Amino acid sequence: MPDLGLDVLLKGNNFFRLLEGLLAAVKISMVSIALSIPFGVLLGITMTGKNILVRFLTKLYLEFIRIMPQLVLLFLVFFGSTRSLGWNLEGETAAVIVFVLWGTAEMGDLVRSALTSIPKHQYESSRALGLAKRQTYFYIILPQTLRRLLPLSINLVTRMVKTTSLVLMIGVVEVLKAGQQMIEANRMNSPNAAFGIYLVIFILYFLVCWPVSMAARRLEKKWG
Amino acid sequence: MDFAYMKNVLPLYEKAAVLTLRIGLEGIIFATFAGIVCAVILYEKVPVLRQLVMVYIEISRNTPLLVQLFFIYYGLPKAGIVLSAEICGAAGLAFLGGSYMAEAFRSGLENVAPLQRESAYSLGMGKLQTMRYVVGPQAVATSIPAFLANVIFLLKETSVFSAISLMDLMFTAKDLIGLYYKTTESLLLLVIFYLFILLPVSLTGAAVERRMKYAGSGS
Repeated sequence: MPDLGLDVLLKGNNFFRLLEGLLAAVKISMVSIALSIPFGVLLGITMTGKNILVRFLTKLYLEFIRIMPQLVLLFLVFFGSTRSLGWNLEGETAAVIVFVLWGTAEMGDLVRSALTSIPKHQYESSRALGLAKRQTYFYIILPQTLRRLLPLSINLVTRMVKTTSLVLMIGVVEVLKAGQQMIEANRMNSPNAAFGIYLVIFILYFLVCWPVSMAARRLEKKWG
Repeated sequence: MDFAYMKNVLPLYEKAAVLTLRIGLEGIIFATFAGIVCAVILYEKVPVLRQLVMVYIEISRNTPLLVQLFFIYYGLPKAGIVLSAEICGAAGLAFLGGSYMAEAFRSGLENVAPLQRESAYSLGMGKLQTMRYVVGPQAVATSIPAFLANVIFLLKETSVFSAISLMDLMFTAKDLIGLYYKTTESLLLLVIFYLFILLPVSLTGAAVERRMKYAGSGS
């Protein structure tokens, strides 16, 4: 087997650049998840409401976001919204918008199912004790839902990190793009670099996502 | 909205949808086979193979399909393994989907009460017979909702195929936007075609899930 191009990684600060690209991807998913959680909780509470029109609209939103591939959503925001609304969007911003829309939908559904899984007598008892609606949610319902929610939302984090690999397609320089640039730059002196670099990127993604998945599973076992 | 343009490019989208569906189905079929094999290995606790399957599941679930495809399509040829883009797409999808399918079938198998298996053994059935006639059919029934959810997930994932220069729906849409600058129309067609592919599966999944509530197999 010829050399696998791992030497390219050791050249200059190439490996550091890969990590930087990975950091860009992780940053996008962290910002998105931080925004998705509060929005998702709001959406989830809204979805358990009684207003039929609101329920229909939120359901429509949820189903549309869920059924469309994330890449299609990225295209819709990055190419579609910029064209029809005439504004300018950077790749990163478009990515965060899409991931927040998506994360809010997923989170909202998790919150909704967690809320509806709380037995009815919990609501009724707290009402009987004279707690107001907001107090009921704050002191009785949310603490119980959080336990169920946490492992599932951690899973959402890994899904988001994995999905950030797509932002390459709308021109954001993340880890795959950085890898591509390195392979291009070393085309002459290290023609096999693609193997080594893509393998390393593969391993890097695994190293980011695996511990998070493990943590989610452990929590699920503990609290499930 | 330029309807004449949309009508003109419709055949291109149709061709792309067929390609998307074909590779998607190939990948899903292989993923299902891989999933069944892995699930049975996990369920029967086959030594060594079981550990291998667990490692595979962790690797496959914790890496993005796009990265898997880049490695298969651009990386492997440098090590002497050259595959066509289409095979790469199906192989990548099968590699990703295998672990999700394994998880679906495994939980289906574990939902079958141990009593069923023990009864089969006490009737003198062998391991294979028990799997084939008693545990297997019941497990398949309970894992159908999860299976369909995975099918939707995998069909959605096919959208990254354009990265390995397969002329799928995403590729076609992006190409047309670049050529004619009819962004809104091209994207609308893209959404319509994906809905066309995914909505029937999604509705079937929802219907099956509703029905499954009533289907209680012997415990």
